[in-house]
Amino acid sequence: MAALLFGWSALPVVSYADDEVSTLRAELNALKQEHANQVSALEARIDEIEAEQRAAAALVTPANTPPANTARGGASAFNPAISMIITGNYANLSADPSTYRIAGFLPSGSEIGPGERSFNLNESELTVSANVDPYFFANVTASVTADNEIAIEEAYFRTLALQSSFTMKGGRFFSGLGYLNESHSHAWDFVNQPLVYQAFFDSQLAQDGLQVKWLAPTDTFLEFGAEAGNGDSFPGTRRNRNGLNSQALFTHVGGDIGDSTSWRAGLSWHNAHSDDRPYDDLDAFDASVVNAFTGTSRTWVVDALMKWAPHGNATRHQLKLQGEYMRRAEDGQLEFDTLGTNLSGDYRSHQSGWYVQGVYMFQPRWRIGARYDAMDSGNPSIALVQSGALSSSAFPALLSATPERFTIMLDWSPSEFSRLRAQYAWDEARLDERDRQFLLQYIYAIGAHGAHKF
Amino acid sequence: MKLFHSMLAMLLLIVALPAHAALKVLATTPEWGALTDELGGDKVNVYIATTAFQDVHRIDAKPSLIARARSADLVVAAGAQLEIGWLPVLLQESGNGKIQPGNPGYFEANANLQLLEVPSSVDRSLGDLHPLGNPHAHLDARNVAIVASALTARLAQIDAANAAFYQQRGEDFQNRWKAAIARWETQAAPLKGVGVVLIHRDQVYLCHWLGLKELAAIEPKPGVPPSAGYLAELVTKLAATPPQMILRNAYNDPKAAQWLAARVHAPVVLLPYSVGGTPEAKDLFSLFDDTINRLLGALP
Repeated sequence: MAALLFGWSALPVVSYADDEVSTLRAELNALKQEHANQVSALEARIDEIEAEQRAAAALVTPANTPPANTARGGASAFNPAISMIITGNYANLSADPSTYRIAGFLPSGSEIGPGERSFNLNESELTVSANVDPYFFANVTASVTADNEIAIEEAYFRTLALQSSFTMKGGRFFSGLGYLNESHSHAWDFVNQPLVYQAFFDSQLAQDGLQVKWLAPTDTFLEFGAEAGNGDSFPGTRRNRNGLNSQALFTHVGGDIGDSTSWRAGLSWHNAHSDDRPYDDLDAFDASVVNAFTGTSRTWVVDALMKWAPHGNATRHQLKLQGEYMRRAEDGQLEFDTLGTNLSGDYRSHQSGWYVQGVYMFQPRWRIGARYDAMDSGNPSIALVQSGALSSSAFPALLSATPERFTIMLDWSPSEFSRLRAQYAWDEARLDERDRQFLLQYIYAIGAHGAHKF
Repeated sequence: MKLFHSMLAMLLLIVALPAHAALKVLATTPEWGALTDELGGDKVNVYIATTAFQDVHRIDAKPSLIARARSADLVVAAGAQLEIGWLPVLLQESGNGKIQPGNPGYFEANANLQLLEVPSSVDRSLGDLHPLGNPHAHLDARNVAIVASALTARLAQIDAANAAFYQQRGEDFQNRWKAAIARWETQAAPLKGVGVVLIHRDQVYLCHWLGLKELAAIEPKPGVPPSAGYLAELVTKLAATPPQMILRNAYNDPKAAQWLAARVHAPVVLLPYSVGGTPEAKDLFSLFDDTINRLLGALP
């Protein structure tokens, strides 16, 4: 029945004129076209709204470009990483800083003591570094001092990847001995170095030479290093001789204890030769004289460091404990009054020093710290004194002493790139006078992101 | 001399040992470490440098990590400068040529993704900005799939002998992940348009994926903790559009979030952020299961 009805109703359509069909077709096409236009208009509108939303939310998504490729091109594409660190302080010192001396130790140089009084611009440190090519990395750190001098702190190349985890470094670099020696001053937890670093290495040992390091393929960190240099850095001197005037060997071991604690410990040895290493002193009649040491200085360093943070998350609380012990033997000739009397005799000493310090972050951005320094000059054997040629008062700088210092500090780091610090120290490095030192310090870093060294 | 010979032999033994073991992978974060585990199975030995309780921006180049980087065949990093403070140091100190950037042994998850919040200009006065975009990209589950296929290809490239194994395992993962995404998107439908407050901008991808509406961030600028004044302003601002929840990750400082929660009468929802951040988030699948469950549980 339905089929019959359908057949009947269909029949008349067929009988319609051809032109009517084409009219209908045209109408249908027009409708289709209109629909398509509306759809594409709607699509366009949606795209537009989405783009607006993205812009409003400041979400800029580069079109089909992997993010790493966005900043390429131009002559500046190969610019090295550049960072600059500016530091300065205000110092309030109870004792005259020009009389500063670590009693009982052959004076090291200019890098000891708390610096000058009142406001001081400290060094401004400029670091430029980049990979040279597939084989080498290069780094230059220059410090500009307040008296408008430029000093190259470090300028070295380092291999990117030799075989079997050997790394070679050459040029001028801070020696890998101990723990603090490699750190630049802006990374220290106190304004100045421990006394033992000041006395034994004039604050820091730099080598102009070569360093080779090897990392053992173990899950526990185990590193061995050897260095050879020209000996220019205290306690050595340039000697106008071929060969190696300064050698260092060191090993470090480290690891984790659970999630919260990490540690590192090390043992280092350094040997340097010096020819006529001069120092200023007063003779028995308080007249200025220049004395000089010629011989070898051998130093052993033991270092240990531990960091603790709840779950290893150092954003809220962190405790950092560290200590280093150094022992130095010097053997050679001591010349008295090189510009006048010029007497010379054997000199031998066994001296030691150590520090321990703790720094605690008690809330985000705020840290408090304490450090204790102690030195023991021992009783150097001075042939000129033992033979009776001179009295011991002819060498006031070498009178037996046990300098010590206690330091506390509080610092506030608004961000990773700025730090303000207050520090107070009871310094008994001089033989007979206690120096109360109050220091306020600022450290600002601009440019490339600094490294979070352990 | 005998001693010297035996020492030399021991040294050679130590150096030769790792060659026979499974592929050694150092992953910087738990989520990408978990993904490497999913894709590599017993052919990889994954060491994860951080936990979900640590702020990955603020890690030191610890001795234990340098030791792992030294023997790694592959480093799997989040990238986009998330680890800028410490990963470059690890790579340098490791002396390991295989894992230097540009080599097959260095893999960055974010290099495969279109990152959100790429700043048009960077300046440190705007906080700790990442010039390449927001690097916390794994909380959009679709990104995990993209990274998974790139990582599968990389594993197959480095460990060619097991390429077929990785391909097959990768396909299996993709299928399970696709099904999981469909399930999560259905489950999370009620979350669409829900107003939330973030702490750091590390939940942005989650919001973007599930359609949560970020009303504000407790950090005024990335990495900058809020001042009391800023928080007070935030309370006033949020009075007009009250949030339904405040999202907090396992590693975030809870103080400011709790303070704000009491004033805007919205619960603080603790989210795992990464594998291991909550007891329930044991692997990548349960990380998202737990995240969505916790969000749904906080709906009024």
